[in-house]
Amino acid sequence: MLTKENILTLLEEVKDPEIPVLSLVDLGVITGVEISDEDHVTVNMTPTFAGCPAMDYMKKDVERTLEKHGISKYTVNMTFDKPWDSNKLSDKGRQHLKEFGLAPPPKYDLILDLDILEHVKCPYCDSDNTDLRTPFGPTLCRSMHYCNNCKQMFEQFKPL
Amino acid sequence: MNEQAIKDLLYKLADDQLILGHRNSEWTGFGPILEEDIAFSSMAQDKIGHSLAFYTLLQELGEAEPDTVAFTRNANQFHNSQLVELPNGEYDFSLIRHFLYDNAEIIRFEMLSQSSYEPIAKVATKLKGEVKYHVLHANTWIKNLGTSTEEAILRLQSSLNEALPYALGMFEKSKFEQELIDAGVYAGEEAVKAEWLKRITAVIEKTDLKLPDLESIKPKFGGRYGEHTEHLQPLLDEMAEVFKIDPTAEW
Repeated sequence: MLTKENILTLLEEVKDPEIPVLSLVDLGVITGVEISDEDHVTVNMTPTFAGCPAMDYMKKDVERTLEKHGISKYTVNMTFDKPWDSNKLSDKGRQHLKEFGLAPPPKYDLILDLDILEHVKCPYCDSDNTDLRTPFGPTLCRSMHYCNNCKQMFEQFKPL
Repeated sequence: MNEQAIKDLLYKLADDQLILGHRNSEWTGFGPILEEDIAFSSMAQDKIGHSLAFYTLLQELGEAEPDTVAFTRNANQFHNSQLVELPNGEYDFSLIRHFLYDNAEIIRFEMLSQSSYEPIAKVATKLKGEVKYHVLHANTWIKNLGTSTEEAILRLQSSLNEALPYALGMFEKSKFEQELIDAGVYAGEEAVKAEWLKRITAVIEKTDLKLPDLESIKPKFGGRYGEHTEHLQPLLDEMAEVFKIDPTAEW
């Protein structure tokens, strides 16, 4: 029998195409899974950044993964009903990001003050003696920083 | 809720983002430094994504699908402010426009995130976080360049003077203005403008730039009602070039 937990386990296989260590579940973009009495699976997703060109790809990847596991009745919706923010990244996801060399977004309470970008912790040496170089990086979700301690550029997954 | 009033508001929001997104994309490959090339290209991507979110809400209200709406209308059917359609000019003009525009946009999104019209509130809640980065980018560069060399300050000042009448045009009222305010959709353009003035003043005061007396400036209105400068139609022709050759093309 299909359960929500089964589906979430399957979706662990689906990775962010630009950060292949991060599953969509850990990224926090899967906002709901429902299974009807007739075993119709509905997966609700929400974009990280509204203009992220990878979202369409991720949606198709979810559909492909469901099919691969023999689920033929499904609907995948992309909605803003439960908008994404970076606090939705799981602890496991944060750890994977760091190992990948991307500083995870700092957690914040209620309102994000972008001053926290000034001293992001370096993913290589853990120093916070770092400077923001530019809030825009190689993808919409990354900013660029420089570590004054280990003297390297690094990227951060932006807090949002 | 009056659906026409909501559609009018959504078209304004969506068209502003689409047109400025296109203008921003024209910096791709031409930025004065690599980081700025990436910044304007990223903001272009964000803004086109934001326009899509609002066009999708319009589609849910019975309008045509987003690509059709974006690519098949003529200039006189667009509701964007004239500010966003002006050519990029040199970097100082693009930067000033970006500063004046995004400081207003974030206020609109902040207000709309509290909107009584729930579909807009959800989208605005999401987008305001993204626009925060646009505002940070604009304010940082205005503060840096606005206190730097004589040439930088002169250029920014002249662009500011040139852009302000168009920037004031952003706050042109809708014919449904009072209805939107009464229904709690948002506090209206006058309120956005008052808050905008406070925020841009706070940044400009940290520079060697001077904000001219806004009372003495005649706003360039018309954009919200389909009156545009000669610059919009060529932009639309370029934007829709592929779509017009093959509407089913994927790129």
